[in-house]
Amino acid sequence: MIGKLGLVGLVLAGIATAAVAATPIQPRARLPGDPPAGASGAALVQHGDHAFQYYCAPCHGGFEKNLPGTHALAVKYKGERPALLEERTDLTPEFVTYIVRHGIEGMPQFRKVELSDANLAAIGAYLSKSK
Amino acid sequence: MTVLPPGVSARTFAAAVNAFKGIVGDQWVFTSDDDVFTYRDPYSILWDTDEERVPSGAVAPASVEQVQQVVRAANKYKVPLYPISTGRNLSYGGSAPNQRGSMVLDLKRMNKIIKVDDYRNFCLVEPGVTYFDLYNYVQDNKLDVWVDLPDPGWGSPIGNALDHGIGYQFAAYRDHFGAHCGMEVVLPNGELVRTGMGALPGSDTWQDFKYGTGPMVDGLFAQGNFGIVTKMGFHMMPAPEAFLGGMMYVPKHADIVHLVKVVNALEDQGLIGMPVWSSPVRNASFRNGVPDPDLVKLMADGWPSVERIEEYVAKKGVPAYGVRLQLYGPRKTIEGTWEYAQRKLKALVPGATFEEIAREDMPPSQELVDKLGHHYFGVPSLAIFSMVSRNEQNAANPPDGHNNNAAILPRTGEALMNFGKCVMEAYQSVGEKQTVSPFTTPITWHPRVFFAGPGVRISREDKEHNKRQREIYHALVNKFAEYGYVDYRTSPTYQDLIVSKYSFNNHSLRRLHETIKDAVDPNGIISPGRYGIYPKSQRTNRV
Repeated sequence: MIGKLGLVGLVLAGIATAAVAATPIQPRARLPGDPPAGASGAALVQHGDHAFQYYCAPCHGGFEKNLPGTHALAVKYKGERPALLEERTDLTPEFVTYIVRHGIEGMPQFRKVELSDANLAAIGAYLSKSK
Repeated sequence: MTVLPPGVSARTFAAAVNAFKGIVGDQWVFTSDDDVFTYRDPYSILWDTDEERVPSGAVAPASVEQVQQVVRAANKYKVPLYPISTGRNLSYGGSAPNQRGSMVLDLKRMNKIIKVDDYRNFCLVEPGVTYFDLYNYVQDNKLDVWVDLPDPGWGSPIGNALDHGIGYQFAAYRDHFGAHCGMEVVLPNGELVRTGMGALPGSDTWQDFKYGTGPMVDGLFAQGNFGIVTKMGFHMMPAPEAFLGGMMYVPKHADIVHLVKVVNALEDQGLIGMPVWSSPVRNASFRNGVPDPDLVKLMADGWPSVERIEEYVAKKGVPAYGVRLQLYGPRKTIEGTWEYAQRKLKALVPGATFEEIAREDMPPSQELVDKLGHHYFGVPSLAIFSMVSRNEQNAANPPDGHNNNAAILPRTGEALMNFGKCVMEAYQSVGEKQTVSPFTTPITWHPRVFFAGPGVRISREDKEHNKRQREIYHALVNKFAEYGYVDYRTSPTYQDLIVSKYSFNNHSLRRLHETIKDAVDPNGIISPGRYGIYPKSQRTNRV
């Protein structure tokens, strides 16, 4: 529970019935392997896109409403910067690597065994590509 | 700087690291400061203190054989191992060990989905598989089963089950350890064991019949430190035809007794998934976590009488409690169950009201999971982090994490009506001035009990804040114990405290665990201190 009674008693109340169009569930990205050895340029960026969708988009994507990373950055930046990482133009591979390996606020750090240096480099390349 | 295991010299530790490298390869042993940092628990309330459970390093095997070899080397050098699956047990310790200086045994590389069977409805997986991966496998192979998963879904079915984790569907599936069937375990001496029918060569029923013959030992490997689970099977639910979501509301505070009785009967007949409890009057009593003046006044003079609470509810003009029933199954069956549920409650509480909020053929639509929550439909997501990451309510001071604190309550309305008093007394015992709501809404993660309790927020900047939150956590647990409650699962920080409360007959259960520990792990190699179980040489270390 987030209020005075803590995390365990979160309430979902007052949900109104509404007529909705049925959209299939948005698919989840599949586990990527490492990028091919020596990958660079567009190939590295393309691989980074795949790796981002698997490792990052569940929090930082825009494929569903109010994903927590995207929402947290919207609250933090109040429109001064895009809430979606994929729309940012100020990210560098070094900054991405630092945040991923150290975590920030509620976001935990990621280990090499779960997210390899090679995939992290690809994600950095993807997020820092010219837009 | 490396934090060494207790009693292990730098020279011996270096020799152990070399042995581990020889088994798994240099690149899969991690001892640099940067790498060790990634294994720290980011939600540790002991962050950056001398008590923080920092590991000495990590070793990541790729196979069962490598796990066995690592265990044998650990015995040789007396270096304790702390196995993790995906390391995402956040709020309960994450990837950090129980004991400072342990070597994390990172099983993430062992990520094979060995089998998903939608004829007999089970799966068999390795520890590094995530719920996302298992869901994707089911989708890719068009299998006719659902994954019962926790929120968030990036954890491991094995890791979650081994900490008695939970999901959200029918009782038979959402108790994840209860839904397991068959294990493969590396024992502390490196020997490999398969439980249940896995012990019978040629058997094809390892994931169908968990008992085999003789004593069932599987429970020793959950919240324990008697072995390393390298494979585990789980029963899975056949994909249901349809879903119906229905809200039932009761007007008065004391009506919760009747509402719980009806829901218990539905649950125990296997007619509903996890009921989702709510309190409209409590929602109307807080704005952004701040109690309104009427509630402050109600609670100002100690715990109010039921009559005063009823007057308060009547004044607010909204129902005291609600519950969302989650009905999965054949269309006509769930429609009939919904009619039955309304009839049963109406007979006990004539003023009860009802609202059907969703009815849809499965698989669920994106709109449905957005509205009610992914986890109720077996769709993995991390959306739950919105509750605890930066949001509109905490924007001025976002938390760096939290520690859950879920006491086990009897599944009665009376327990809910009194639980707030227990919380209030705990806060008062440490001078904490918080207005506690008398309207407790539980979680029924494990089907036969209620869970409730306030968690605490942690900060990676403010040690004094963490110290105070730790005092509050201890006060809550101590008070819970006076009422006969106490937690089902907790971070290593509090495990000694929690286990100390399970003290029947001079802690005979803990002493039994210790007897087993001495027999199967005399060197104390596997997770020393896990849930209060220490090897003989370390039993004075309890905190």
